[in-house]
Amino acid sequence: MASLARFRPAVRRIPAFARAIQTSADTTQLQDIIEDQSKPFTVKLHEESFRAYQCETPSLEVEVKKDELLKMYKDMQTMRRMEMAADALYKAKLIRGFCHLAIGQEAVSVGLEYGIKPEDRVITAYRCHPFAVMRGGTIKGVIAELLGRQAGMSHGKGGSMHIFTPSFFGGNGIVGAQVPVGAGIAFAQKYLGKNTATFALYGDGASNQGQVFEAFNMAKLWGLPAVFVCENNKYGMGTSAERSSSNTEYFTRGDKIPGLQVNGMDIIASRHAVQYARKWVTEGNGPLLMEFVTYRYGGHSMSDPGTTYRTREEVQRMRSTQDPIRGLQRYIEEWGLATEQELKQLDKDAKAEVDQAVEEAKQSPEPLAKDLWTDIYYKGTEPSSMRGREREEVHHY
Amino acid sequence: MLARRLRSTFPALSRRWQTTASTTAIESPSAGGHPSSVASSQLFRMTRESALRTPGISWQDDESDRNIVGGRETRKMNLYQAVRDALSIALAKDDSAIIFGEDVAFGGVFRCTMGLAEEFGRERVFNTPLTEQGIAGFGIGLASMGHTAIAEIQFADYILPAFDQLVNEAAKFRYRSGGHFSIGGLTVRTPTMAVGHGGLYHSQSPEGFFMGASGLKVVIPRSPIQCKGLLLSAIRDPDPVIFMEPKVLYRSAVEQVPIDDFALPLSRAEILIPGSDLTLLTWGTPVYHCESALRLLTSPPPSLAPLIPPSLRSAKVELIDLRTILPWDIETVVESVRRTKRLVIVHEAGMTGGVGGEIAAEVGKRAFLRLEAPVRRITGWDVPAGLQFEKFNMPDAVRILDGIMETLSY
Repeated sequence: MASLARFRPAVRRIPAFARAIQTSADTTQLQDIIEDQSKPFTVKLHEESFRAYQCETPSLEVEVKKDELLKMYKDMQTMRRMEMAADALYKAKLIRGFCHLAIGQEAVSVGLEYGIKPEDRVITAYRCHPFAVMRGGTIKGVIAELLGRQAGMSHGKGGSMHIFTPSFFGGNGIVGAQVPVGAGIAFAQKYLGKNTATFALYGDGASNQGQVFEAFNMAKLWGLPAVFVCENNKYGMGTSAERSSSNTEYFTRGDKIPGLQVNGMDIIASRHAVQYARKWVTEGNGPLLMEFVTYRYGGHSMSDPGTTYRTREEVQRMRSTQDPIRGLQRYIEEWGLATEQELKQLDKDAKAEVDQAVEEAKQSPEPLAKDLWTDIYYKGTEPSSMRGREREEVHHY
Repeated sequence: MLARRLRSTFPALSRRWQTTASTTAIESPSAGGHPSSVASSQLFRMTRESALRTPGISWQDDESDRNIVGGRETRKMNLYQAVRDALSIALAKDDSAIIFGEDVAFGGVFRCTMGLAEEFGRERVFNTPLTEQGIAGFGIGLASMGHTAIAEIQFADYILPAFDQLVNEAAKFRYRSGGHFSIGGLTVRTPTMAVGHGGLYHSQSPEGFFMGASGLKVVIPRSPIQCKGLLLSAIRDPDPVIFMEPKVLYRSAVEQVPIDDFALPLSRAEILIPGSDLTLLTWGTPVYHCESALRLLTSPPPSLAPLIPPSLRSAKVELIDLRTILPWDIETVVESVRRTKRLVIVHEAGMTGGVGGEIAAEVGKRAFLRLEAPVRRITGWDVPAGLQFEKFNMPDAVRILDGIMETLSY
């Protein structure tokens, strides 16, 4: 079957009739002259930062603040450092099992957090580490979870794909399964009359799962405050979007649900679109689809070098021209918000924070054997005994 | 095989189309589909007094003395009415409780939710699209927010599209979040087992597929009282529960059911008929086929009498209803087998990979030196539930009697 794809006449990247979304990270223009750096100022996004389906595109003029931009820079840098640390720990064989890194996609996870409120809910798939930290987790908690230690956010029971915080309903390992779960979360929000939103994220690969469409239908039918967010990093595992999806305009796949395609490499555009989406669903307009066009620099998982289905040049070009962190760095420098030196200090701080978290995580002991049996059934309702790892190992509650 | 000989000598026990095959006239099938073993059962509690004294019952209301039975009332209900009664109590007492599923707002195909939408509002009892995987995922999300989510999957056969959500998401939610999240509020109700004419996709018993999903509970009630008490327990249980209702019993099983709020314990089997010579373990509809088999054993009709040695007729068979299939009550079953030294397991699902295999293995391990005969499983055949073959597929009273006799005389 795989060979069939080769016979396709030409791989169509962009439909001929449509203009492509802009994924540059540094095309936002300053509108005002900044007189007082403590006050908000206006910038203008590239005019192809958004494309809309059955709704208006957000305005291109965005108000930003210096402190916020610097914090976003630091957070993106920290998230990348954390993922790089996970990469190194994996290669040192300290992390085993499955591990999916989000290097290159920082503008989505960080931009999302800056556009929503603490009482909103987020649920995503397996590329979940930055979301877990941004939603109130800790770097130590994530790294320790990857290492399978007691200090891990799921006490070492979950691993890479299963990290939770009170407002973050986890990474999920089954492709697409988190999307109907997100619809249920959004229903509870609506039922309780809370003016909050649920962001249910999935990838371009998962967008072809049947249950994703089941969730779309329920959400539209019942007018749920759900934002279905497709992180389109252009490859579902090792298959490009064009080779897997008959319609690669993921923001148009909700049928009657409006959609918004967003430049997911410019964090100012990302955050602005998230604010727009949050407003849309909390004002009773029903669900919204969002597609962040982004890119992952690494392979799908640790066992994938990420270069068999795309060229090294492509990865290199994305890294050098459309990197979200470098883009924001350029804004900050050009707009005179901080010097190169000051940003370098933020980089160092981020590295130091991650290094310290890694050291602390490594110090945490492995889970106790007795915890193999906890949290399966609610305490007190367990069966009298459960079998363990070996023939003779039986745990009695 | 004894069963075959029995059928030829005792036509009344044979399947309908066997008896009609000998005549050229086509008889219209009997209406209703009430199995004779259910209609003749002595296991139902038909008086107020006996209903209020159901073993294990615990009242869940504000009465100061919880064990008081005076002043409590019962009402005659069949199984679907008992389901409705339990759901009504759950909705009335818990504002976060929500019922959803295919056509439940109109009562559902088996009328289990009749009138609930009108009584409690359409925002609490509502129809979903035909979306089993979505229903399960939606319910999990709802329960993760602390809601009591009561989902209905229209037939247990349709639970398989939702299998991933139930096994991978529901069963593991607490474990994989390190105890931070619970979806204990989730209960998935679904009609199960054969109805006599359901055919391939409406008569299966998929409980065995869930045996490996630690974190889930699977409950199958046998009667209206059991159904109400176990369903209320399942809804309030802090773990996700799959509640499978034997669909042939919806109308045919009738009891006096206490109208108050009460619970029956999960993960506890119930000894229905005490005995000392053989343990007969089952759940759901076959409880009544087992009861019929025991009647045939002790007082066989004249046509059967020559086939049943008098020495076996006085055997005391202990009949146990397992009630909760996962996690199952090992202690009660093993304790019984240690006393009786023989075990026969009856279930409607096929033998290979069925629940009976798991029970037999555990009993074999724990009571190996006490067993006087191999553990015997009497189950559906390892075939699809073909429409016209359905009655052949079910473990009926004759096959159960056959298994009991072979095991007793091993």
